Amino acid sequence: MSGVQAEWPLYEIFVRGKRGLNHVHVGSLHAADDEMALRHARDVYTRRNEGVSIWAVRADAVAASSPDEKDPLFAPAGDKVYRHPTFYAIPDDVPHM
Amino acid sequence: MPHVHDHDADHESVYDGLTGGDDSQWAFGTDFEDPLAGVDTTIAQGVDASALAAYCLMLGDDALVYSHRLAQWTSNAPDLEDDIALANIALDLLGQARLLLARAAAADPAVVPALPDGSPVPPEDALAFFRDEAGFRNVRLVEPDNGDFAVTMARLLVFSTYRLALLERLRDSNDPVLAAIATKGVKEVAYHRDYAGRWFLTLARGTEESRRRLLAGLALVWPLYDELFRTHHVEAAAADQGFGVDPSGLADEVGVVLEQVLTTSGVERPEIAQTGAVNGQTGRGGRHTEVMGRLLAEMQVVARAHPMGLW
Amino acid sequence: MTASPQVSAGDETELLAAFDAVIERHERIEPRDWMPERYRSTLVRQIAQHAHSEIIGMQPEGNWIARAPSLRRKAILLAKVQDEAGHGLYLYSACETLGVSRDELTRMLIEGRQKYSSIFNYPTLSYADVGTIGWLVDGAAICNQVPLCRTSYGPYGRAMIRVCKEESFHQRQGYELLATMMRGTDEQRAMVQESVDRFWWPALMMFGPPDADSPNTEQSMAWGIKRDTNDELRQKFVDMSVPQAKALGVTFPDPALVWDEDRGHHDFGQPDWDEFTQVVKGGGPCNAQRIAHRARAWDDGAWVREAATAFAQADA
Repeated sequence: MSGVQAEWPLYEIFVRGKRGLNHVHVGSLHAADDEMALRHARDVYTRRNEGVSIWAVRADAVAASSPDEKDPLFAPAGDKVYRHPTFYAIPDDVPHM
Repeated sequence: MPHVHDHDADHESVYDGLTGGDDSQWAFGTDFEDPLAGVDTTIAQGVDASALAAYCLMLGDDALVYSHRLAQWTSNAPDLEDDIALANIALDLLGQARLLLARAAAADPAVVPALPDGSPVPPEDALAFFRDEAGFRNVRLVEPDNGDFAVTMARLLVFSTYRLALLERLRDSNDPVLAAIATKGVKEVAYHRDYAGRWFLTLARGTEESRRRLLAGLALVWPLYDELFRTHHVEAAAADQGFGVDPSGLADEVGVVLEQVLTTSGVERPEIAQTGAVNGQTGRGGRHTEVMGRLLAEMQVVARAHPMGLW
Repeated sequence: MTASPQVSAGDETELLAAFDAVIERHERIEPRDWMPERYRSTLVRQIAQHAHSEIIGMQPEGNWIARAPSLRRKAILLAKVQDEAGHGLYLYSACETLGVSRDELTRMLIEGRQKYSSIFNYPTLSYADVGTIGWLVDGAAICNQVPLCRTSYGPYGRAMIRVCKEESFHQRQGYELLATMMRGTDEQRAMVQESVDRFWWPALMMFGPPDADSPNTEQSMAWGIKRDTNDELRQKFVDMSVPQAKALGVTFPDPALVWDEDRGHHDFGQPDWDEFTQVVKGGGPCNAQRIAHRARAWDDGAWVREAATAFAQADA
């Protein structure tokens, strides 16, 4: 991984649009820490709409199980929502990896 | 095989979604029209209309010029998330500027620059784009170029701390329009201060490089600090008549808030000579820094080329 | 460090059959599904190119934020360019589900190893261009993108639904700006026509080369990544735009543009494909400038991103 600076980790963002509803996954973003993730989520996904509840969860902290998805590459214990950037060869020749 | 035949239906429904009237995902999409539409603009008893207009220009110009600067970060920020955040702040301030300029024009039409007969340019735009530099009443703090992200965060922290203290008091204005603008603005500017404070702390404690840049940024911004609390005679009148705030009364509160952020960040309050006045006048009196003329030249160029233009 | 997934030939056949069955049923492929390596790399290429287009596309319009001629237009334009940052962000996130980080994608853009839409290598030279980009460029983008809301890869399709909703607003604001200017002065009307003349051909190029010269189209359509051919979309765009131009009171600079009763479509001339090739290869009017701008912003921001990382780690 030489030459790659530490990228801000990926967060999954869940928003509850109004009281009485569940939080719903709306997308992801990068942030250095939890507080920045919430702030960014407010700017990016709610356009600073007051009164909206936001959860920000680090993507690598989400345990996932999806029997439907045919993936032989992950042991169940190491299952994550997203593939890891270094797991596959990048298309093209990428000198930095 | 239920999925085979929904091909076209699916396709159409997506187009329907595009042309439907729901703009709720577009936070700013429904709010671009006449900023004072439907608002009662009657002036309270005992309020001098020309003083009210002059005061609205001061607060409006602060927001307009600073919004212009912050918007220059667009496509230049350290990451996409902060590009979006800075644009949000610029949009908030632009919204405040529009309301305040429109209020100024409604209170005293004499402040609006004359345009050719039949010009469709609305008053808020006549004020923003056809006023000469000496007619602008913003503090000089908002004028200089952005500099790097550290300078930007230092200035945003100082400006938003000042403006939040001001708007909190302005909520009690006896001018209902100013009170309403302030009530809305407090929520927005509280967020701006929060954003800047968090970044200030992050840069102060991040790396050696970020700390060095932050200290240099604060030193660049600081010489225009005291001007924020100088009372112009319009501001004194505004406070006397109950529609505005005397900025000299904000100095302590702003100082305390900044001190908290500086202490948490391990940063000393700069001891730097303050930028002087020109024959006793500063930004509120229409005396600006050298970059102001270039800022306005760029901002006004298209509008001024088309005084009869419809946009 | 790159781990190579070890899958036996027998497994692969079975996995491919399952994958094909999902595509066949018009269902979505999700990030953790097995997928053929070429499907993955084609998606990475297409989504990244799309994300880069949004981010580079901020520049030509951002060029006019400081000079917007009314406060209302300034607010609209700033919000629009901000949306494009958001679209880029959604799309980079979709691409990240395929195992490529945003840092890596940005580096590939800056180093010229991935492309973006050639339209953004044209300069914006008057305020009317803001309107024309909204109307024609975003309009062409919508033609390209609406079908992608049903693309076979789930995260891409979901990102596109958000993007398309906002793009429709963009197109409307562009058209509304031009319509307003057309009600203004003679100079403004001339400005609109000049801008439309300048952007018409580049807008047609946005659909890519003619089908006969589009090497990736067939496989992409089979996989449900792409839903219509370049020429089909281009025809649709021309048919859509002609009545809009008429309502606006402008013309398109194409003498061959005429309604064909038999086909039920407009006939139209071909863009200068040599110019297209030149722009795609880096020789357009603004290629170097756009990349240099993006590289500068990215490099200038490095110390900020590092500071936040250092702060978060010290804080943790």
